Amino acid sequence: MGDRQVYTVSQLTARIRDVLEEQVAPFWVEGEISNLRVPGSGHAYFTLKDDAAQIRVVLFRNRLRRIRFEPADGLHVLAFGALEVYAPRGEYQMVVELMEPKGLGALQVAFEQLKARLQAEGLFDPGRKRPLPRFPRKIGIVTSPTGAAIRDMLRVIGRRFGELHIVVRPVRVQGEGSAREIAEGIADLNALGDVDVIIAGRGGGSLEDLWAFNEEVVARAIVGSKAPVMSAVGHEVDFTIADFVADLRAPTPSAAAELVVREKEAVVDGLRDLHHRLSRALARRLERQRERLVLYAERRVLSDPSRPLRDAQRRLDELGLRLSSALGAGRRHAVHRLALATQRLHSGNPAVRISSGRGWLGQLQGRLDAGARRSLDRSVHGFRVAAGKLDGLSPLAVLGRGYSLTRTASGEIVRSADQVAPRDPVSVLLHEGTLECTVEETRERDGRPQV
Amino acid sequence: MADLKFEDCLARLEQIVGALESGNLPLEDSLKAFEEGIALARHCAKYLDEAERRVELLLKDEAGLLKTQPFAIDPDDER
Repeated sequence: MGDRQVYTVSQLTARIRDVLEEQVAPFWVEGEISNLRVPGSGHAYFTLKDDAAQIRVVLFRNRLRRIRFEPADGLHVLAFGALEVYAPRGEYQMVVELMEPKGLGALQVAFEQLKARLQAEGLFDPGRKRPLPRFPRKIGIVTSPTGAAIRDMLRVIGRRFGELHIVVRPVRVQGEGSAREIAEGIADLNALGDVDVIIAGRGGGSLEDLWAFNEEVVARAIVGSKAPVMSAVGHEVDFTIADFVADLRAPTPSAAAELVVREKEAVVDGLRDLHHRLSRALARRLERQRERLVLYAERRVLSDPSRPLRDAQRRLDELGLRLSSALGAGRRHAVHRLALATQRLHSGNPAVRISSGRGWLGQLQGRLDAGARRSLDRSVHGFRVAAGKLDGLSPLAVLGRGYSLTRTASGEIVRSADQVAPRDPVSVLLHEGTLECTVEETRERDGRPQV
Repeated sequence: MADLKFEDCLARLEQIVGALESGNLPLEDSLKAFEEGIALARHCAKYLDEAERRVELLLKDEAGLLKTQPFAIDPDDER
Protein backbone atom coordinates (compact mmCIF):
# COMPACT_ATOMS: atom_id res chain seq x y z
CA MET A 1 0.00 0.00 0.00
CA GLY A 2 3.07 2.18 0.59
CA ASP A 3 3.90 2.57 -3.04
CA ARG A 4 0.42 3.57 -4.11
CA GLN A 5 0.29 6.65 -6.35
CA VAL A 6 -1.66 9.57 -5.11
CA TYR A 7 -2.64 12.48 -7.40
CA THR A 8 -3.64 15.81 -6.33
CA VAL A 9 -7.06 16.89 -7.67
CA SER A 10 -5.31 19.13 -10.06
CA GLN A 11 -3.10 16.39 -11.30
CA LEU A 12 -6.05 14.11 -11.74
CA THR A 13 -8.03 16.75 -13.53
CA ALA A 14 -5.06 17.35 -15.76
CA ARG A 15 -4.92 13.67 -16.64
CA ILE A 16 -8.67 13.59 -17.33
CA ARG A 17 -8.36 16.68 -19.46
CA ASP A 18 -5.55 15.06 -21.37
CA VAL A 19 -7.60 12.00 -22.06
CA LEU A 20 -10.79 13.85 -22.95
CA GLU A 21 -9.30 16.72 -24.83
CA GLU A 22 -6.40 15.04 -26.59
CA GLN A 23 -7.47 11.52 -27.09
CA VAL A 24 -11.14 11.96 -27.93
CA ALA A 25 -11.16 13.29 -31.47
CA PRO A 26 -13.75 15.94 -32.50
CA PHE A 27 -17.09 14.24 -33.12
CA TRP A 28 -20.70 14.66 -34.15
CA VAL A 29 -23.31 14.12 -31.53
CA GLU A 30 -27.03 14.12 -31.76
CA GLY A 31 -29.42 15.32 -29.07
CA GLU A 32 -32.11 17.69 -27.93
CA ILE A 33 -31.33 21.13 -26.61
CA SER A 34 -32.50 21.96 -23.11
CA ASN A 35 -31.75 24.52 -20.43
CA LEU A 36 -30.56 27.02 -23.01
CA ARG A 37 -29.09 30.19 -21.54
CA VAL A 38 -27.47 33.09 -23.38
CA PRO A 39 -25.97 35.44 -20.75
CA GLY A 40 -24.49 38.86 -21.42
CA SER A 41 -21.29 37.40 -22.73
CA GLY A 42 -23.20 36.30 -25.82
CA HIS A 43 -22.12 32.69 -25.42
CA ALA A 44 -24.84 30.09 -25.43
CA TYR A 45 -24.95 27.42 -22.73
CA PHE A 46 -27.26 24.48 -22.93
CA THR A 47 -27.57 20.78 -22.38
CA LEU A 48 -27.81 18.14 -25.06
CA LYS A 49 -29.70 15.11 -23.93
CA ASP A 50 -31.35 11.98 -25.01
CA ASP A 51 -33.52 9.57 -23.06
CA ALA A 52 -30.77 8.38 -20.76
CA ALA A 53 -27.96 10.90 -20.68
CA GLN A 54 -27.00 14.47 -21.02
CA ILE A 55 -23.94 16.56 -21.65
CA ARG A 56 -23.20 20.20 -21.09
CA VAL A 57 -22.56 22.22 -24.20
CA VAL A 58 -21.17 25.67 -24.80
CA LEU A 59 -21.53 27.57 -28.04
CA PHE A 60 -19.20 30.52 -28.04
CA ARG A 61 -20.42 33.80 -29.45
CA ASN A 62 -18.18 33.74 -32.51
CA ARG A 63 -19.52 30.30 -33.40
CA LEU A 64 -23.10 31.17 -32.56
CA ARG A 65 -23.07 33.88 -35.20
CA ARG A 66 -22.23 31.41 -37.92
CA ILE A 67 -25.14 29.19 -37.14
CA ARG A 68 -28.05 30.16 -39.40
CA PHE A 69 -30.78 29.21 -37.01
CA GLU A 70 -31.40 30.16 -33.45
CA PRO A 71 -30.76 27.45 -30.85
CA ALA A 72 -33.86 26.77 -28.83
CA ASP A 73 -34.98 24.37 -26.16
CA GLY A 74 -36.49 21.22 -27.53
CA LEU A 75 -34.71 21.53 -30.82
CA HIS A 76 -33.19 18.29 -32.06
CA VAL A 77 -29.73 19.03 -33.36
CA LEU A 78 -26.57 17.55 -34.70
CA ALA A 79 -23.57 19.19 -33.12
CA PHE A 80 -19.96 18.93 -34.12
CA GLY A 81 -17.24 19.75 -31.60
CA ALA A 82 -14.85 18.46 -29.01
CA LEU A 83 -14.76 17.89 -25.26
CA GLU A 84 -13.31 20.33 -22.82
CA VAL A 85 -12.68 19.95 -19.15
CA TYR A 86 -13.49 22.86 -16.86
CA ALA A 87 -11.12 22.23 -14.01
CA PRO A 88 -12.47 24.68 -11.45
CA ARG A 89 -15.74 22.84 -11.29
CA GLY A 90 -14.55 19.40 -12.25
CA GLU A 91 -16.90 19.38 -15.15
CA TYR A 92 -16.54 18.50 -18.74
CA GLN A 93 -18.53 19.99 -21.55
CA MET A 94 -18.74 19.91 -25.28
CA VAL A 95 -17.57 22.95 -27.19
CA VAL A 96 -19.62 23.12 -30.36
CA GLU A 97 -18.09 24.29 -33.60
CA LEU A 98 -20.99 23.55 -35.92
CA MET A 99 -24.56 22.79 -35.27
CA GLU A 100 -27.50 22.05 -37.50
CA PRO A 101 -31.03 21.04 -36.90
CA LYS A 102 -31.69 17.33 -37.23
CA GLY A 103 -34.12 16.43 -39.99
CA LEU A 104 -34.60 19.91 -41.41
CA GLY A 105 -31.75 21.88 -42.86
CA ALA A 106 -30.38 24.67 -40.75
CA LEU A 107 -31.66 27.24 -43.23
CA GLN A 108 -35.07 25.72 -43.16
CA VAL A 109 -35.16 25.94 -39.42
CA ALA A 110 -33.90 29.50 -39.46
CA PHE A 111 -36.56 30.29 -41.99
CA GLU A 112 -39.32 28.77 -39.90
CA GLN A 113 -38.09 30.53 -36.81
CA LEU A 114 -37.92 33.99 -38.41
CA LYS A 115 -41.24 33.41 -40.09
CA ALA A 116 -42.87 32.51 -36.80
CA ARG A 117 -41.41 35.54 -35.12
CA LEU A 118 -42.38 38.05 -37.78
CA GLN A 119 -45.80 36.50 -38.04
CA ALA A 120 -46.24 36.92 -34.32
CA GLU A 121 -45.39 40.60 -34.78
CA GLY A 122 -48.23 40.87 -37.23
CA LEU A 123 -46.02 41.70 -40.19
CA PHE A 124 -47.78 39.22 -42.45
CA ASP A 125 -51.25 40.57 -41.72
CA PRO A 126 -53.19 41.19 -44.90
CA GLY A 127 -54.42 44.43 -43.34
CA ARG A 128 -50.88 45.78 -43.22
CA LYS A 129 -50.36 45.29 -46.93
CA ARG A 130 -50.64 48.37 -49.06
CA PRO A 131 -52.28 48.30 -52.45
CA LEU A 132 -49.95 48.71 -55.36
CA PRO A 133 -50.40 51.89 -57.37
CA ARG A 134 -52.26 51.02 -60.50
CA PHE A 135 -50.31 53.48 -62.59
CA PRO A 136 -46.86 53.99 -61.13
CA ARG A 137 -44.89 56.76 -62.75
CA LYS A 138 -41.60 55.83 -61.20
CA ILE A 139 -40.68 52.24 -60.44
CA GLY A 140 -37.75 51.31 -58.23
CA ILE A 141 -36.07 47.97 -58.73
CA VAL A 142 -33.64 46.43 -56.24
CA THR A 143 -31.72 43.66 -57.91
CA SER A 144 -28.49 42.71 -59.57
CA PRO A 145 -27.79 44.94 -62.57
CA THR A 146 -26.29 42.04 -64.45
CA GLY A 147 -28.69 39.21 -63.78
CA ALA A 148 -31.44 37.76 -65.91
CA ALA A 149 -34.04 39.22 -63.54
CA ILE A 150 -33.43 42.84 -64.51
CA ARG A 151 -33.48 41.98 -68.20
CA ASP A 152 -36.72 40.10 -67.80
CA MET A 153 -38.35 42.96 -65.94
CA LEU A 154 -37.20 45.65 -68.36
CA ARG A 155 -38.34 43.58 -71.30
CA VAL A 156 -41.80 43.03 -69.85
CA ILE A 157 -42.19 46.67 -68.87
CA GLY A 158 -41.02 47.80 -72.29
CA ARG A 159 -43.55 45.54 -73.94
CA ARG A 160 -46.49 46.58 -71.79
CA PHE A 161 -45.93 50.26 -71.15
CA GLY A 162 -42.47 51.38 -72.12
CA GLU A 163 -42.90 55.04 -71.28
CA LEU A 164 -42.07 54.77 -67.60
CA HIS A 165 -39.31 55.97 -65.36
CA ILE A 166 -37.40 53.09 -63.86
CA VAL A 167 -34.69 53.44 -61.25
CA VAL A 168 -32.54 50.39 -60.67
CA ARG A 169 -30.68 50.18 -57.39
CA PRO A 170 -27.90 47.68 -58.15
CA VAL A 171 -27.15 45.21 -55.35
CA ARG A 172 -25.62 41.82 -54.89
CA VAL A 173 -28.41 39.33 -54.41
CA GLN A 174 -26.43 36.48 -52.91
CA GLY A 175 -23.44 35.92 -50.70
CA GLU A 176 -22.19 37.49 -47.55
CA GLY A 177 -23.57 41.00 -47.01
CA SER A 178 -26.11 40.79 -49.83
CA ALA A 179 -29.07 40.98 -47.45
CA ARG A 180 -27.79 44.24 -46.03
CA GLU A 181 -27.30 45.66 -49.53
CA ILE A 182 -30.83 44.75 -50.48
CA ALA A 183 -32.17 46.38 -47.33
CA GLU A 184 -30.12 49.50 -48.06
CA GLY A 185 -31.34 49.54 -51.64
CA ILE A 186 -34.95 49.57 -50.50
CA ALA A 187 -34.18 52.43 -48.11
CA ASP A 188 -32.32 54.38 -50.82
CA LEU A 189 -35.18 54.15 -53.27
CA ASN A 190 -37.49 55.41 -50.56
CA ALA A 191 -35.10 58.28 -49.95
CA LEU A 192 -35.69 59.46 -53.52
CA GLY A 193 -39.16 60.30 -52.35
CA ASP A 194 -41.02 59.89 -55.60
CA VAL A 195 -40.79 56.17 -56.27
CA ASP A 196 -44.31 54.80 -56.52
CA VAL A 197 -43.50 51.14 -56.10
CA ILE A 198 -40.42 49.01 -55.45
CA ILE A 199 -39.67 45.59 -56.84
CA ALA A 200 -37.07 43.63 -54.87
CA GLY A 201 -36.00 40.38 -56.41
CA ARG A 202 -33.69 38.09 -58.23
CA GLY A 203 -33.81 35.09 -60.49
CA GLY A 204 -34.24 31.53 -59.28
CA GLY A 205 -31.64 29.55 -57.36
CA SER A 206 -31.05 27.20 -54.49
CA LEU A 207 -32.30 27.93 -51.02
CA GLU A 208 -28.76 28.99 -50.22
CA ASP A 209 -28.70 31.38 -53.20
CA LEU A 210 -31.98 32.95 -52.22
CA TRP A 211 -31.06 33.23 -48.61
CA ALA A 212 -30.67 36.99 -48.53
CA PHE A 213 -34.39 37.29 -49.07
CA ASN A 214 -34.98 35.19 -45.98
CA GLU A 215 -33.02 37.46 -43.70
CA GLU A 216 -34.59 39.64 -41.14
CA VAL A 217 -32.81 42.80 -42.25
CA VAL A 218 -34.49 42.56 -45.65
CA ALA A 219 -37.85 41.81 -44.06
CA ARG A 220 -37.49 44.88 -41.83
CA ALA A 221 -36.52 47.07 -44.78
CA ILE A 222 -39.61 45.94 -46.66
CA VAL A 223 -41.83 46.59 -43.66
CA GLY A 224 -40.26 50.03 -43.19
CA SER A 225 -40.59 51.06 -46.83
CA LYS A 226 -42.90 53.99 -47.54
CA ALA A 227 -43.47 52.83 -51.08
CA PRO A 228 -45.24 49.50 -51.51
CA VAL A 229 -42.81 46.67 -52.10
CA MET A 230 -43.31 43.73 -54.38
CA SER A 231 -41.13 40.69 -53.85
CA ALA A 232 -39.97 38.92 -56.95
CA VAL A 233 -37.72 36.02 -56.13
CA GLY A 234 -37.52 33.50 -58.90
CA HIS A 235 -38.81 30.40 -57.27
CA GLU A 236 -42.33 29.58 -58.04
CA VAL A 237 -43.03 27.07 -55.32
CA ASP A 238 -41.37 28.19 -52.13
CA PHE A 239 -41.92 31.45 -50.38
CA THR A 240 -39.21 33.63 -48.90
CA ILE A 241 -39.60 35.76 -45.82
CA ALA A 242 -39.55 38.73 -48.18
CA ASP A 243 -42.58 37.25 -49.92
CA PHE A 244 -44.48 37.10 -46.67
CA VAL A 245 -43.84 40.68 -45.64
CA ALA A 246 -44.02 42.23 -49.09
CA ASP A 247 -47.17 44.07 -50.07
CA LEU A 248 -47.49 41.71 -52.97
CA ARG A 249 -45.60 38.60 -53.95
CA ALA A 250 -44.74 37.80 -57.52
CA PRO A 251 -43.53 34.33 -58.33
CA THR A 252 -40.90 35.61 -60.76
CA PRO A 253 -39.37 38.95 -61.75
CA SER A 254 -41.26 38.88 -65.06
CA ALA A 255 -44.50 38.33 -63.21
CA ALA A 256 -43.65 41.23 -60.92
CA ALA A 257 -43.20 43.50 -63.92
CA GLU A 258 -46.54 42.35 -65.28
CA LEU A 259 -48.26 42.97 -61.98
CA VAL A 260 -46.78 46.43 -61.57
CA VAL A 261 -47.13 47.69 -65.10
CA ARG A 262 -50.42 47.50 -66.86
CA GLU A 263 -50.71 47.22 -70.54
CA LYS A 264 -50.81 50.68 -71.97
CA GLU A 265 -53.47 49.62 -74.40
CA ALA A 266 -55.77 48.61 -71.55
CA VAL A 267 -55.07 51.89 -69.78
CA VAL A 268 -55.85 53.90 -72.87
CA ASP A 269 -58.99 51.84 -73.45
CA GLY A 270 -60.03 52.34 -69.85
CA LEU A 271 -59.56 56.06 -70.13
CA ARG A 272 -61.53 56.19 -73.34
CA ASP A 273 -64.28 54.20 -71.69
CA LEU A 274 -64.40 56.60 -68.75
CA HIS A 275 -64.56 59.54 -71.11
CA HIS A 276 -67.42 57.94 -72.95
CA ARG A 277 -69.29 57.08 -69.78
CA LEU A 278 -68.81 60.63 -68.55
CA SER A 279 -70.48 62.11 -71.60
CA ARG A 280 -73.24 59.52 -71.61
CA ALA A 281 -73.94 60.00 -67.93
CA LEU A 282 -74.34 63.74 -68.35
CA ALA A 283 -76.54 63.32 -71.40
CA ARG A 284 -78.76 60.93 -69.45
CA ARG A 285 -78.78 63.30 -66.53
CA LEU A 286 -79.94 66.16 -68.70
CA GLU A 287 -82.54 64.00 -70.43
CA ARG A 288 -83.93 62.91 -67.10
CA GLN A 289 -84.04 66.49 -65.94
CA ARG A 290 -85.88 67.49 -69.05
CA GLU A 291 -88.41 64.71 -68.59
CA ARG A 292 -88.97 65.76 -65.02
CA LEU A 293 -89.48 69.30 -66.11
CA VAL A 294 -92.05 68.25 -68.66
CA LEU A 295 -93.85 66.07 -66.15
CA TYR A 296 -93.83 68.81 -63.61
CA ALA A 297 -95.13 71.37 -66.01
CA GLU A 298 -97.92 69.09 -67.12
CA ARG A 299 -98.88 68.28 -63.59
CA ARG A 300 -99.02 71.94 -62.70
CA VAL A 301 -101.32 72.68 -65.56
CA LEU A 302 -103.60 69.74 -64.83
CA SER A 303 -103.85 69.89 -61.09
CA ASP A 304 -103.57 73.59 -60.58
CA PRO A 305 -104.99 75.64 -63.40
CA SER A 306 -104.15 78.62 -61.33
CA ARG A 307 -104.18 82.23 -62.20
CA PRO A 308 -100.51 82.82 -62.30
CA LEU A 309 -100.09 80.31 -65.04
CA ARG A 310 -103.02 81.63 -67.00
CA ASP A 311 -101.91 85.18 -66.42
CA ALA A 312 -98.56 84.27 -67.61
CA GLN A 313 -100.10 82.65 -70.63
CA ARG A 314 -102.16 85.71 -71.28
CA ARG A 315 -99.25 88.00 -70.88
CA LEU A 316 -97.38 85.82 -73.22
CA ASP A 317 -100.19 86.02 -75.74
CA GLU A 318 -100.38 89.76 -75.39
CA LEU A 319 -96.74 90.15 -75.76
CA GLY A 320 -96.94 87.92 -78.76
CA LEU A 321 -99.63 90.06 -80.30
CA ARG A 322 -97.81 93.24 -79.53
CA LEU A 323 -94.76 91.78 -80.93
CA SER A 324 -96.45 90.74 -84.14
CA SER A 325 -98.31 94.03 -84.46
CA ALA A 326 -95.17 95.93 -83.82
CA LEU A 327 -93.68 93.75 -86.41
CA GLY A 328 -96.63 94.49 -88.72
CA ALA A 329 -96.34 98.22 -88.14
CA GLY A 330 -92.74 98.03 -88.79
CA ARG A 331 -93.49 96.14 -91.91
CA ARG A 332 -96.11 98.56 -93.06
CA HIS A 333 -93.79 101.42 -92.45
CA ALA A 334 -91.18 99.68 -94.38
CA VAL A 335 -93.58 98.94 -97.23
CA HIS A 336 -94.53 102.58 -97.35
CA ARG A 337 -90.97 103.69 -97.42
CA LEU A 338 -90.33 101.18 -100.11
CA ALA A 339 -93.18 102.50 -102.20
CA LEU A 340 -91.91 106.02 -101.77
CA ALA A 341 -88.49 105.05 -102.67
CA THR A 342 -89.74 103.11 -105.66
CA GLN A 343 -91.72 106.07 -106.77
CA ARG A 344 -88.77 108.37 -106.41
CA LEU A 345 -86.75 105.94 -108.28
CA HIS A 346 -89.34 105.85 -111.07
CA SER A 347 -89.61 109.60 -111.21
CA GLY A 348 -85.94 109.75 -111.75
CA ASN A 349 -86.40 107.68 -114.88
CA PRO A 350 -86.19 110.00 -117.98
CA ALA A 351 -88.90 108.11 -119.82
CA VAL A 352 -91.13 108.43 -116.85
CA ARG A 353 -90.23 112.05 -116.51
CA ILE A 354 -90.99 112.70 -120.15
CA SER A 355 -94.29 110.91 -119.97
CA SER A 356 -95.18 112.57 -116.73
CA GLY A 357 -94.11 115.92 -118.21
CA ARG A 358 -96.29 115.19 -121.15
CA GLY A 359 -99.12 114.40 -118.84
CA TRP A 360 -98.50 117.59 -117.02
CA LEU A 361 -98.39 119.47 -120.22
CA GLY A 362 -101.71 117.97 -121.31
CA GLN A 363 -103.12 118.86 -118.01
CA LEU A 364 -101.91 122.42 -118.33
CA GLN A 365 -103.33 122.61 -121.83
CA GLY A 366 -106.62 121.36 -120.58
CA ARG A 367 -106.55 123.92 -117.85
CA LEU A 368 -105.64 126.57 -120.36
CA ASP A 369 -108.53 125.60 -122.66
CA ALA A 370 -110.92 125.46 -119.81
CA GLY A 371 -109.69 128.83 -118.61
CA ALA A 372 -110.04 130.32 -122.01
CA ARG A 373 -113.47 128.89 -122.39
CA ARG A 374 -114.49 130.15 -119.04
CA SER A 375 -113.09 133.57 -119.89
CA LEU A 376 -115.00 133.67 -123.17
CA ASP A 377 -118.17 132.61 -121.49
CA ARG A 378 -117.62 135.29 -118.96
CA SER A 379 -117.15 137.85 -121.77
CA VAL A 380 -120.25 136.74 -123.58
CA HIS A 381 -122.22 136.94 -120.43
CA GLY A 382 -120.78 140.34 -119.65
CA PHE A 383 -121.59 141.43 -123.12
CA ARG A 384 -125.09 140.27 -122.72
CA VAL A 385 -125.48 141.97 -119.41
CA ALA A 386 -123.91 145.07 -120.84
CA ALA A 387 -126.11 144.82 -123.87
CA GLY A 388 -129.12 144.50 -121.61
CA LYS A 389 -127.98 147.50 -119.72
CA LEU A 390 -127.31 149.33 -122.93
CA ASP A 391 -130.74 148.45 -124.13
CA GLY A 392 -132.17 149.91 -120.89
CA LEU A 393 -130.15 153.01 -121.34
CA SER A 394 -131.21 153.56 -124.95
CA PRO A 395 -133.47 156.62 -125.28
CA LEU A 396 -135.41 154.68 -127.76
CA ALA A 397 -136.28 152.16 -125.02
CA VAL A 398 -137.28 155.13 -122.78
CA LEU A 399 -139.44 156.48 -125.63
CA GLY A 400 -141.34 153.24 -125.41
CA ARG A 401 -142.48 154.15 -121.95
CA GLY A 402 -144.00 157.54 -123.29
CA TYR A 403 -141.02 159.77 -123.17
CA SER A 404 -139.95 161.83 -126.16
CA LEU A 405 -136.80 163.38 -127.38
CA THR A 406 -136.59 166.94 -128.67
CA ARG A 407 -133.87 167.98 -130.95
CA THR A 408 -133.03 171.26 -132.62
CA ALA A 409 -132.78 171.64 -136.32
CA SER A 410 -129.11 171.02 -135.94
CA GLY A 411 -129.81 167.80 -134.15
CA GLU A 412 -128.97 168.97 -130.67
CA ILE A 413 -130.98 167.31 -127.93
CA VAL A 414 -132.89 169.97 -126.11
CA ARG A 415 -132.51 169.65 -122.38
CA SER A 416 -133.28 173.17 -121.36
CA ALA A 417 -135.84 175.73 -122.55
CA ASP A 418 -133.22 178.39 -123.10
CA GLN A 419 -131.73 176.32 -125.90
CA VAL A 420 -134.48 177.41 -128.19
CA ALA A 421 -136.30 180.52 -128.93
CA PRO A 422 -139.88 180.97 -130.09
CA ARG A 423 -140.40 180.03 -133.63
CA ASP A 424 -137.49 177.81 -133.77
CA PRO A 425 -138.26 174.53 -135.46
CA VAL A 426 -137.72 171.44 -133.28
CA SER A 427 -138.09 167.89 -134.06
CA VAL A 428 -139.81 165.71 -131.41
CA LEU A 429 -138.85 162.14 -131.62
CA LEU A 430 -141.52 159.77 -130.29
CA HIS A 431 -141.42 156.02 -129.73
CA GLU A 432 -142.97 155.68 -133.08
CA GLY A 433 -142.67 158.57 -135.52
CA THR A 434 -141.50 162.15 -135.34
CA LEU A 435 -143.31 165.45 -134.78
CA GLU A 436 -141.98 168.56 -136.62
CA CYS A 437 -142.93 171.46 -134.43
CA THR A 438 -142.39 175.17 -133.95
CA VAL A 439 -141.65 176.63 -130.53
CA GLU A 440 -144.33 179.03 -129.49
CA GLU A 441 -143.13 180.21 -126.21
CA THR A 442 -140.18 179.45 -123.85
CA ARG A 443 -140.48 179.50 -120.16
CA GLU A 444 -137.50 179.35 -117.95
CA ARG A 445 -139.63 177.90 -115.17
CA ASP A 446 -142.69 175.77 -115.05
CA GLY A 447 -144.85 174.51 -112.25
CA ARG A 448 -142.82 171.34 -111.62
CA PRO A 449 -141.07 170.98 -108.30
CA GLN A 450 -137.35 171.58 -108.81
CA VAL A 451 -135.10 168.68 -108.33
CA MET B 1 -54.02 69.68 -61.69
CA ALA B 2 -50.60 69.21 -63.22
CA ASP B 3 -49.39 67.94 -59.86
CA LEU B 4 -52.04 65.28 -59.67
CA LYS B 5 -50.63 61.85 -60.13
CA PHE B 6 -52.07 59.96 -63.01
CA GLU B 7 -53.57 57.46 -60.64
CA ASP B 8 -55.21 60.15 -58.49
CA CYS B 9 -56.47 61.76 -61.63
CA LEU B 10 -57.94 58.53 -62.88
CA ALA B 11 -59.40 57.69 -59.50
CA ARG B 12 -61.07 61.11 -59.36
CA LEU B 13 -62.34 60.66 -62.88
CA GLU B 14 -63.81 57.26 -61.98
CA GLN B 15 -65.41 58.81 -58.93
CA ILE B 16 -66.96 61.56 -61.02
CA VAL B 17 -68.24 59.13 -63.61
CA GLY B 18 -69.71 56.99 -60.84
CA ALA B 19 -71.42 59.97 -59.24
CA LEU B 20 -72.78 61.17 -62.56
CA GLU B 21 -74.01 57.71 -63.44
CA SER B 22 -75.78 57.38 -60.12
CA GLY B 23 -77.83 60.38 -61.14
CA ASN B 24 -77.97 61.68 -57.59
CA LEU B 25 -76.14 64.91 -58.25
CA PRO B 26 -78.09 68.13 -58.60
CA LEU B 27 -78.04 69.36 -62.15
CA GLU B 28 -75.73 72.22 -61.33
CA ASP B 29 -73.25 69.85 -59.71
CA SER B 30 -73.62 67.45 -62.59
CA LEU B 31 -72.43 70.09 -64.99
CA LYS B 32 -69.54 71.03 -62.75
CA ALA B 33 -68.62 67.38 -62.33
CA PHE B 34 -68.79 66.89 -66.05
CA GLU B 35 -66.46 69.79 -66.68
CA GLU B 36 -64.02 68.54 -64.11
CA GLY B 37 -64.24 65.05 -65.54
CA ILE B 38 -63.47 66.26 -69.03
CA ALA B 39 -60.48 68.19 -67.73
CA LEU B 40 -59.25 65.11 -65.88
CA ALA B 41 -59.70 62.91 -68.91
CA ARG B 42 -57.68 65.37 -70.96
CA HIS B 43 -55.02 65.48 -68.30
CA CYS B 44 -54.79 61.69 -68.21
CA ALA B 45 -54.62 61.45 -71.97
CA LYS B 46 -51.90 64.08 -71.98
CA TYR B 47 -49.97 62.14 -69.39
CA LEU B 48 -50.17 58.99 -71.48
CA ASP B 49 -49.05 60.88 -74.54
CA GLU B 50 -46.16 62.59 -72.84
CA ALA B 51 -44.78 59.74 -70.71
CA GLU B 52 -41.33 58.72 -71.80
CA ARG B 53 -39.11 55.76 -71.15
CA ARG B 54 -36.21 56.33 -68.80
CA VAL B 55 -34.06 53.75 -67.06
CA GLU B 56 -31.55 54.86 -64.46
CA LEU B 57 -29.13 53.36 -62.00
CA LEU B 58 -29.24 54.65 -58.44
CA LEU B 59 -25.76 54.85 -56.99
CA LYS B 60 -24.05 56.30 -53.95
CA ASP B 61 -21.02 58.51 -54.32
CA GLU B 62 -18.06 58.61 -51.94
CA ALA B 63 -19.89 60.98 -49.62
CA GLY B 64 -22.80 58.55 -49.44
CA LEU B 65 -25.04 60.82 -51.51
CA LEU B 66 -27.48 59.27 -53.89
CA LYS B 67 -27.11 59.97 -57.57
CA THR B 68 -28.57 58.52 -60.69
CA GLN B 69 -27.04 57.76 -64.03
CA PRO B 70 -28.57 56.37 -67.20
CA PHE B 71 -28.71 52.62 -67.23
CA ALA B 72 -27.97 51.32 -70.67
CA ILE B 73 -29.05 47.75 -70.92
CA ASP B 74 -30.62 45.94 -73.77
CA PRO B 75 -33.13 43.54 -72.25
CA ASP B 76 -32.76 41.26 -75.22
CA ASP B 77 -29.01 40.90 -74.85
CA GLU B 78 -27.43 37.70 -73.76
CA ARG B 79 -30.54 35.68 -73.87
